[in-house]
Amino acid sequence: MKHIVYKTFWDYEKEEQWINKMSAQGMAFTDYSCRRYVFVDAPSNQYIYRIELLEHMPAHPESIAYLRFLEENGVEVVSTYMRWVYLRKPAADGSFDIYTDIDSKIKHYRRISCFWTVLMIIEFIAAFFNIGIAISSWLVNEPLGNFSFSNLIIGCVTLAFGILFLVLCVPIHKRIRKLHAEKAIHE
Amino acid sequence: MPESNERGALTEAVFYILLALYTPMHGYRIMQTVRELSQGRVDLGAGTLYGAINTLVEKKWIMPVEGEQDSRKKEYAITSLGKSIVEAEIKRLEKLLATGKNIAGGRSV
Repeated sequence: MKHIVYKTFWDYEKEEQWINKMSAQGMAFTDYSCRRYVFVDAPSNQYIYRIELLEHMPAHPESIAYLRFLEENGVEVVSTYMRWVYLRKPAADGSFDIYTDIDSKIKHYRRISCFWTVLMIIEFIAAFFNIGIAISSWLVNEPLGNFSFSNLIIGCVTLAFGILFLVLCVPIHKRIRKLHAEKAIHE
Repeated sequence: MPESNERGALTEAVFYILLALYTPMHGYRIMQTVRELSQGRVDLGAGTLYGAINTLVEKKWIMPVEGEQDSRKKEYAITSLGKSIVEAEIKRLEKLLATGKNIAGGRSV
């Protein structure tokens, strides 16, 4: 049977934990698009799931080569969404991690931090201009007409998203710092 | 001889990948072989292995070879430069081991 769950995650590691918890409860994740998670009934803990942010879009030749390599290694590409990929491997094959050494983990975290940073900058620029327009039209004593009022709203929303993306980078930077510290004593 | 830009130790993953490729093989076999050689201690993730292979090919320590049995999967083999890197690493490890044994008593191993 198919189960559809709508849920929003900002932290991909929490999302990964949740998908694995669902797998433990006998629901195997099969597809994602825009907050919509599809699960099918399966023996509990049949698969271990991992989420990764690719360097390029999934259709890019380098991503295709990489994903093919993963499939040759028994990793199934379950779903892709923008640059995010959802991967799984039967739990019977043993433990499953994409990145197993400190350097490659740091590289993956950096990619994610870069992803959020770019979104953050876009939101902050949009917020800056929208709030700027709203304030300047207010300063020239134009009554807050529809135009500047909507600018104010857009400005606040984009500002909120900018702050959200900024907040998302904090735990990732902490993890990168921790890995760097560990690297100083062993690989 | 390797050039002097080698900055010390190889990672365990790289060392084992190079050893595995004394016999040409493809990705999945590399993972299995590394696991066997390290008695289960080094379990390479596919993403880590992919990155390592690309870096090692760039450095010309390994190279892609024509796969014999299964031409769809790319096989890799160690190059002579790669072998000299492994030999230098073994020498470094021997010195490390000797110094360690000298100072720490060396009853074990």
